[in-house]
This record gives sequence, structure tokens and C-alpha cells, in this order.
Amino acid sequence: MNPHLLIAIPLAPLIAAVIAGLFGKYIGRAASHTITIAGVAVACGLSLYVLKQLYWGGASSFNGPVYTWLVSDGVHIQVGFLIDRLTVLMMSVVTFVSLCVHVYTIGYMSDDPGYTRFFSYISLFTFSMLMLVMANNFMQLFFGWEAVGMVSYLLIGFWYTRPSAIFANLKAFVVNRVGDFGFVIGIAALFSFTHSLSYTTAFAAAPHLAQLQLPVFGGVNALTLICVCLFIGAMGKSAQVPLHVWLPDSMEGPTPISALIHAATMVTAGIFMVARMSPLFEYSSAALSFVLVIGATTAFFMGILGVINNDIKRVIAYSTLSQLGYMTAALGASAYNAAIFHLMTHAFFKALLFLAAGSVIIGMHHEQDMRKMGGLGKYMPITAVTCWIGGLALVAAPFFSGFYSKDAIIEAIGLSHRWGSTYAYWCVLLGAFITSLYTFRLLFMTFHGEERFRKVHAEHGHDHGHDAHGEHGGVHEPHESPWVVTVPLIALAIPSLLIGYFTVGKVLYGNYFGSAIKVLPANDVVARLAADYHGPLALALHSFVTAPFWLAVAGFVTAWVFVLKRPDLADAAAVKFAWLKRILDQKYYFDWFNEQVIARFSRGLGTGLWKVGDQGIIDGALVNGTAATVGWFGGVVRRVQSGYLYSYAFWIVIGLVALLGWFLVHA
Amino acid sequence: MITLADLLTLSAILFALAVAGIFLNRKNVILLLMCVELLLLAANFNFIAFSRMFGDLTGQVFVFFVLTVAAAESAIGLAILVVLFRERRSISVEDLNTLKG
Repeated sequence: MNPHLLIAIPLAPLIAAVIAGLFGKYIGRAASHTITIAGVAVACGLSLYVLKQLYWGGASSFNGPVYTWLVSDGVHIQVGFLIDRLTVLMMSVVTFVSLCVHVYTIGYMSDDPGYTRFFSYISLFTFSMLMLVMANNFMQLFFGWEAVGMVSYLLIGFWYTRPSAIFANLKAFVVNRVGDFGFVIGIAALFSFTHSLSYTTAFAAAPHLAQLQLPVFGGVNALTLICVCLFIGAMGKSAQVPLHVWLPDSMEGPTPISALIHAATMVTAGIFMVARMSPLFEYSSAALSFVLVIGATTAFFMGILGVINNDIKRVIAYSTLSQLGYMTAALGASAYNAAIFHLMTHAFFKALLFLAAGSVIIGMHHEQDMRKMGGLGKYMPITAVTCWIGGLALVAAPFFSGFYSKDAIIEAIGLSHRWGSTYAYWCVLLGAFITSLYTFRLLFMTFHGEERFRKVHAEHGHDHGHDAHGEHGGVHEPHESPWVVTVPLIALAIPSLLIGYFTVGKVLYGNYFGSAIKVLPANDVVARLAADYHGPLALALHSFVTAPFWLAVAGFVTAWVFVLKRPDLADAAAVKFAWLKRILDQKYYFDWFNEQVIARFSRGLGTGLWKVGDQGIIDGALVNGTAATVGWFGGVVRRVQSGYLYSYAFWIVIGLVALLGWFLVHA
Repeated sequence: MITLADLLTLSAILFALAVAGIFLNRKNVILLLMCVELLLLAANFNFIAFSRMFGDLTGQVFVFFVLTVAAAESAIGLAILVVLFRERRSISVEDLNTLKG
């Protein structure tokens, strides 16, 4: 494969980002969005071309350096690409979703003063994500890892005059630092054992490292330590419990960003990374158990939080957390290709859901509270239909893309015999009910039922003045969004609907990934699923007799009863289970714990070091202490300086006598 | 017969007297100057004593130089003393402690 072609893929968005970022003011808004969209379109087109070459064209995968940055002590730090079927799948998904989001942004951000800046950021993000995905060494992986984190930070705080946005982006940054700390330790540990940063060397060393015991914490397997540390990085990036706290807050950013970064692509970097590192993880059963339990916990418990939220974006954010938990749990069960498959379908339908939510927010004149919506279906038909498609894909309704991936995850975990897999199986199974409950609750509250926005406006009148959409006698009539918004919705709805059906046989049960993902035969649960696979149609029809399907139906019915049929029941339940509601409202007290215990402890430690260490020891004892001692000594010695000549003469004579005496004694 | 030891003893006595004068005198700066002169004279005495003993006139010639310097020193010292008196209306040693630390 031609390396120049591969270099062009990340470079096109980078150049566009630089031009839009530095010269956006001069070239104008239209030119800025044209150039960034062109850059991403080039990357997307080339990615799809590479995908075609690799899968249908029979080209072999590419693994090699394209630029050596520096060589130190035999260690090559270089930019290199590893392009195989796993990578190219990610590249295609990232660039395609990014392209849709770019187009959508024209409509969503049309009256924002930071228009060109925004386009520059999202193009920069695309570049960073491509660098992360295409890396063939840990240094470049880490570069991409940090670069996407930085762009995420910039974009969460895009509206930097809002205190809540600043709080959210700082929180995302700090929480990710915790994860990255583990990640760096993992990379460093791997480096210290293999003395190389390249994937190939690390993967080759895995079986050897699996035999190595380290004399720390009473004997730890070297590979387990490395894998757990790497996974801690993934926990930060992919928002797994307990490092998930930043993701719901990241919804402070503009909606296109929530769709692109905090749902479809960046947060899946951790999933991708673990799948990429499958030759390492596969040899450490303990690390995979850890991954499995963390993922399953996230999948179930974060889903529940989606049920009680009223902010349309936050509900989808918790859903994202839950789905990331599914992917992580699949990784833990060695079903890497199921995780990547779910990553792909999830990227489409979750981006779709977010963009649809954004469309609703535009239609509702920047109102995000679902309690003030309702009945929007007839005003925004395209948004409603596409959002339903996304929702059905999310709840794994048969034939939709999400069904094929999520069903495979649940089945794979059910077949796994790894430690913790029983717990994980129940979590993901019950998670299907929770997913269905919050998804249909969102759909019903937004698009169906009573038109609550009329009541709200009658009560409160106009409390926001940032719309140029005209007045309609006291009530903002919701309206369908412009074509730049609806076209990406449709473009994402198609894969959300169909991609599972058409690719499940190849990506999941065929040998699509080949050697890109390594699974030991003993752990290969997906292969056992594949043995029972008789085409997508049979799979979907079979699902009507399985538990996840009926749990999803139960969720649908529950949501229908509580939202549309008997809304008073929901309030009654909230009163009856007040203790439960309080725990959920506090999000299991994670934020409370972080702010009251960890942050307070850190601040206390900082204050202590400042007061005792800095002010006390360094300033007090060392700097001022030295000066004070000299001053005190001078104060004592100054008494010798009487000012009387006779006393000076006396001292001279004393000195003379002493000198002479000494001379006489020693001479 | 006057021996070298006698001369050196006399010189040492003169020197000791001068030093004692510097220490003990608390009233008069003029007395200080005189004591300094006496120190120099005691030193000169040693020059002369050794000159006589070695029969070498160099020591005696040196004494003239020292006397010249001593005379100049006394002149400057007295001049400073006059200025000092105008300034402070006192030549008591105990009042002259502006160098006190």
C-alpha cells in the first residue's frame, strides 16, 4: 500500500484545521467550513478506498514507519502506521461520522460567533483521532490519545464564558489525567521490559511477559500489571466506572461535539486500544476479568441514571456510558470483534441520536429539558423518524444495527467462563431492560404525548432572547430543522438501520479481522457463537424467543405506562422510593465523593505542603532562617564594636600577643 | 657597661608604658597621641640598640625616617584634634565612640 496515500489521510484534516484556525477570520465562515469539510471528505474517501483495497482488493496490511522523529539509545521514536482491517474500520467510521457532523454543524452553529474556531477544532480532532487509530507504536498512540483529550477539553469549554462549561472541561481534563497516569505507567512498564515502543515487539513479547512475576505487592504478573495500567487509561478515555464522572458533564459542549467526540469516536478510543492490544490482554486472564467487571458495572449502573434524567442530552450521555460499558464487558470476555462491531454500530446510531437531540434543541429554541417538550413528532417529522431509528437501534430491536452487535455481546458474555462473567452476564442482560426503558422514555417524552411546551411558555413567557426565528404569539412553534441538519440525520439513519444486517456475517462471524485481533482458542466465545450463525435473518427471527428481546419489550411497556399512560405513577414511585431516587439523583455519590473527599484531601494536602513545606521549611527555615541567624549572630558580635579607640588597641595587642605566643610555642 | 639586654629592657618598659597609656587613658586624646609617639620611640630605641651592637649605621639612619614620619603624624593628628574640638567641644576619649556598632 502506498504510504503517501496513508499520510494524506490524517494530514488533510490537519491542514484544513490549521487554515480554518489561523486564517478563519480572513477567509470567512463559508470558506472555513468548505475547507474543513473538504479535508475531512478527503480523509473519508481515502479511508473508504483503503478499506476497499484491504477487504476486496486483497491488499496486505501496512506496518511501517513514515517518519523518524528521533533516535536515542537505539530507541526509535517515529511516526508509523499500522493499517490493517481493524484500523481501517475505525478510520472509516471516524471520518464518516466526522463528515456528517461537519455538515450538521453548519446548521447547528450558524449563529455562533465561534463558528470558524469550532470547525478548526473538529478538524483537529479528526486528525488526532486518525493519528491515534493509525499508530503502530505506543508513542504515537499516546500522542493521539492526548491530542484528542486536548481537543475534547477545548470543545467542552467551547462556550468559555459559561462557568459550568469551564467546570466541566476542567473536570474532564483532571479525570482524564488520572486515567492517563495509569496509561503512561503501562507504556513505561512495557518499554522497560521490551526496550521498544513498537506494537510488533510488544505483541511478540506477550507470552514471555505472561510468565514473568514481579516482586511487588506480593508477586504480580508483569503482563497483568501492564494490561491493568493500560486499561486504566482506557477507563479514563472511555468513561468507565469510577472514572466516568466527566462524560455527563461534557454535555456542556455544543451538541455536534457530544455526537462526534463524546459518543461516537473519542470515547471509543479506549475500546479500540484494548482491542488493538488484544495480543497482550489475551494472555492475562486476571486483567480481562478486571475489564469485564468494570465494563459490566458501567453498563448496568450508568444506564439506570439515564432513566431519571430529564435533560435530553444527559440521558443520551448516560446511554453512551452504558453502551461503552457493554463494549468494555465484551472486551473482557475476549469478544474483541463483538466490541469493535458494537463500537461501529454504536458510532452511527449514537451520533444519530445526539444529532437528532440537537435538532430537537434547535427546534425548541435551545431548550434541553424534556419536561418542556412533548408532541414534537408532528412538527419535526424527519427528526422524529430518524431519532426513532436511532432509538430502536440502541435498544437492539431485531434487524436494526444495534441488535446484531449487542446481542452478540450479551451472548458472548453468557458463554464466557472468565471470573466475574456471571455477574457481568446479569448486568448486561438487565441492562437491556434499562436501555429500553430510558430510550423509550426519551422518545415518548420528546415526540409524543401532551405538548407541554405550550404550558411552559404560557407560565413563563419569554425568558430567552437569542432566537432569530420570529415570534408566534407567545409560544415558540417548534419547527423542522434546515437541510444541513436533516441530511446528516438521514445519512446516519441509513447505517443505523442497515449496517448490522449487512456486515454482521463478515465483521463478527466471518474472519474479517484476521490477524489484527488475537484471541486464544480457549477464550474464543465468538467462534462458538459463529458456529450457531445461520445468516442475519435467522438471527433476528431467533431473537423473538430470547430474554434480551422480551426485556426490551418490558422496557418499552414500562416507559409507555409511566410516560404516556399514567404519568402520575412515575411521581408516586419517586415518592415511594425516595431513598433510591436520592441515590440516583446524586449519581451514586461519585461526584460527592470526588469533590468532598478526593478534591478536599488534595486541596488539604496542597495547603499543608504550602504552609509547612513551602512557607515553613523553605521560606521560614532555609531562606529567612539563614538571614535571621546571620542577623542574630551580628547582633551579638556587634557589642565588640564599642567605638572606643583604646578597646580596639587592646584587641590589637591581644591579637599580637596571641600570634606571638603561638609563634613562640611552635617555632 | 650597658649591655644590649639593658637597652632592650628599657625599650620594652617604654613600649609597655605607652600601651598602658593607650588603654588606661580615658580623658584626653592628646595623651593618646603622646603615647603613640612613645611607642615609636620605643621602637626606635631597639633600632639604635641593634645598630650599636652590629656597628651598622643603617638602623640609626632608619630612626631619622621614623622620627620624620612621627613628626608628620603628630602634626596631622593635632590638626584633626583641633577640628574635632571645634566640632564636638570635647577631646575626651570617652565621647569619641561614633564607630560603635
